[in-house]
Amino acid sequence: MLRVIGKRIALLIPTLFGLSILLFLWVRSLPGGPATALLGEKATPEAVARVNELYGFDRPLPVQYLTYMGRLLRGDFGVSINTGRPVLEEFATRFPATMELTIVALIFAIGIGIPLGYLAARHYGRILDHGSVVLSLIGITVPVFFLAFILKYLFAIQWSLLPPDGRQNPRIDATHYTQFYVLDGVLTGEYDAAWDALQHLILPGIALGTIPLAIIVRITRASVLEVQNADYVRTARAKGLMERTIRGSFILRNAMLPVVTTIGLQLGLLISGAVLTETVFAFNGIGRFLRDAIFGLDYPVLQGFIIFIAILYALINLIVDLSYSVIDPRVRVQ
Amino acid sequence: MSNRGTAVQGAGSVRKRAALTAGMSIAALLLSGCVQSEREENTGAEGESTVDSSFVFAASSDPKSLDPAFASDGESFRVSRQIFEGLVGVEPGTANPAPLLAESWETSEDGLSTVFQLKEGVTFHDGTPFDAEAVCYNFDRWYNWTGIQQAETVSYYYNSLFRGFADSPEDAVYESCEASGDNEATINLAQPFAGFIAALSLPAFAMQSPTALEEFSADEIGGTEDTPSLSEYALGNPVGTGPFTFDSWSVGEQLQLSAYPDYWGEQGQISDVTFRIIDDPQARRQALEAGTIDGYDLVAPADTQSLKDAGYNIVPRDPFTILYLGMNQQIPELQDPLVREAIAHAIDKEALVSQTLPEGTEVASQFIPPVVDGYNEDVTTYDFDPERARELLTEAGYPDGFEITFNYPTNVSRPYMPTPEQVFTNLQAQLSDVGIRVNPAPAAWSPDYLNQVQGTADHGLHLLGWTGDYNDTDNFIGVFFGREKPEFGFDNPELFAALDEARGTSDRGEQTELYKDINEQIAEFNPAIPLAHPAPSLAFAPRVTSYPASPVSDEVFSEIELSE
Repeated sequence: MLRVIGKRIALLIPTLFGLSILLFLWVRSLPGGPATALLGEKATPEAVARVNELYGFDRPLPVQYLTYMGRLLRGDFGVSINTGRPVLEEFATRFPATMELTIVALIFAIGIGIPLGYLAARHYGRILDHGSVVLSLIGITVPVFFLAFILKYLFAIQWSLLPPDGRQNPRIDATHYTQFYVLDGVLTGEYDAAWDALQHLILPGIALGTIPLAIIVRITRASVLEVQNADYVRTARAKGLMERTIRGSFILRNAMLPVVTTIGLQLGLLISGAVLTETVFAFNGIGRFLRDAIFGLDYPVLQGFIIFIAILYALINLIVDLSYSVIDPRVRVQ
Repeated sequence: MSNRGTAVQGAGSVRKRAALTAGMSIAALLLSGCVQSEREENTGAEGESTVDSSFVFAASSDPKSLDPAFASDGESFRVSRQIFEGLVGVEPGTANPAPLLAESWETSEDGLSTVFQLKEGVTFHDGTPFDAEAVCYNFDRWYNWTGIQQAETVSYYYNSLFRGFADSPEDAVYESCEASGDNEATINLAQPFAGFIAALSLPAFAMQSPTALEEFSADEIGGTEDTPSLSEYALGNPVGTGPFTFDSWSVGEQLQLSAYPDYWGEQGQISDVTFRIIDDPQARRQALEAGTIDGYDLVAPADTQSLKDAGYNIVPRDPFTILYLGMNQQIPELQDPLVREAIAHAIDKEALVSQTLPEGTEVASQFIPPVVDGYNEDVTTYDFDPERARELLTEAGYPDGFEITFNYPTNVSRPYMPTPEQVFTNLQAQLSDVGIRVNPAPAAWSPDYLNQVQGTADHGLHLLGWTGDYNDTDNFIGVFFGREKPEFGFDNPELFAALDEARGTSDRGEQTELYKDINEQIAEFNPAIPLAHPAPSLAFAPRVTSYPASPVSDEVFSEIELSE
């Protein structure tokens, strides 16, 4: 097992190296530059030239790349042009926010998606099944920002049930250690702060979790449909096994393989969905930060972020692969 | 027996605890009663008994820096105006300089030396006294910046107004500062700068505590060689003399200030200010409606009426902006003055303003708003006259009109142009009425549009504008027409020289006359068409009964009045 993990991580290195070159060239081939974005209306050609010179953007690309890689290898992702803070520090304060949001979205998607998909398959061809198909179709087709907007309008503004934006009510004096606000609240015993932070996660969590929910419903349904008619299920029934055992250990467990793969893939997609959700809910996560970096052509942030995401994706895939062996012993043997 | 004993004992302790609790509750009640009545007496006199003294304002972004000397954006200045004060302030509701930390000043006849009499008894938030030494410390700090500190993106205002630094004294406007007494500072300039006093009202030139600047290494920026990082001072230790002190900043989320107990002036009602970072304009409006914020800036024109109807307070600022239609003279048709005149006559500014710009917007006749020195009431104007426009086009050799590219930005909202797409559509229709067929060339604001219009000759008609920083005519027309620029594509040495002369004139009255003439000169040359002075507005919760709106956004929250 350790060897497998080691090999996978070793393979990551050339991938990341290639990615870093492509990324570097791509970011710098974008029209304009950070100087224009920073100066706005004040961007006279002379001012832009001087800023580029001072920031080193006028040096040859290979020189810029080597300087960048040299620092990257030392763990220095550079400094954000927009905010003047180290990129790594910016990620460290925002990533927990996006993680928190992603976890809530996943809990929502998995917690509803798997049971609903399973029930739909069990009641194949009946009302519940049709209903779930229609619902998941709507879930996939409604744009995230639109859903986010509607949720916010109804629950936060019309009915004032939940907070409309942010991560914490500014009037609550909360201490933060880990930047996971809910966890912080629980750790410090400030339960009202934890509860407040959790309330702030509900609407964006639902908005972000809807597409994965819809996909999980469909995959679970299809997978259960396939498995529940398999020979070994029929054999198990013929043997007279309890229906509960058949459903739990035979159908659900075997049906989970594709679902787990899907969830792993969704986790990556959730981060991109967070760009829109976080914007609508003024939620201070990675997504909103990335959007600002794109508009401001913040080279160090864009580069750092994409490398970061690449590593994250690779790790998620690794975890998904490893989880197969937990679910399916045959994978372990191989 | 023992069991029972314990039980009795237990019951006894419960009883005791109950008695204790009851006693404490009564004591607490009595105490709180006292406190309550005291508070009522207190507030009865001031009439603030039920006012929630914390104020939450939605900012559209984080400040770029808490050190105003290294900032040039509105959100940084909005925060720094609460923490810092300059030698010179702004007369409420205008753009004119007024005494602030300096009670008075006197400038020598040659305009090269100004003596400031400083307010006495003022301290910085860290206890450092504000005196002539502190003034000179600040001026010398700016002057001695080197390297990346001199970049336009870092020290924009010092750079563009005082021009040179200690390592390039030949360009520098500033020369030296002397503490001629505890409360008397003399600033010597190397060359006359008529806008000197007005410039000092900019937040970038606010007075900062020398102790804090040193302690938190304010000038240590440039974490790596290619991107400057903020100093410890700019990240979380700003110290000024203003009504609010800095508390905390959670980047991307919120920034908190609290009232400075030893403030020399009126502290006002507000004890805590929170700036919440909400970058989406729609989300700002919704936050106001949901009651999580007390106010926000730059209300979309389409929202003003509905917010007003719902009981919110809309506060318009006097316009300090200009929106213009630029004409690139590298395009052969636009080189012809007759064509430019025809375009000017083709545009119905009144209709444009009423259909696409916010309430309070004024039609523009020149490139500076009326509150700026040098505004010329009698400037040549081109009235809306499509008939005359067609005649002029015929005279210029285009009886059937012509085709031209019209560049405009998309998905952007500027204070002078909340909805560029609408402005474009409106003008397109007006131009086509006189036979000018427009090829729309939309582009994303930054960097595409700005690059194309300001950096290349590849554009025709275009929309752009400006928000003034302070009462300085050069800050408007000098920026636009002070030299040859790809944006307008003309070379007019006479105009450039006139602007240079006006900039270098030290007598304000004389300078105003020169600018009046220049405004006429520009109107006759007609390099662009001034369209409007859009007025940005703010929206507030009903409890905000008064807000010190200022054309130059010199808005200090201690002057806000709250009713509940």
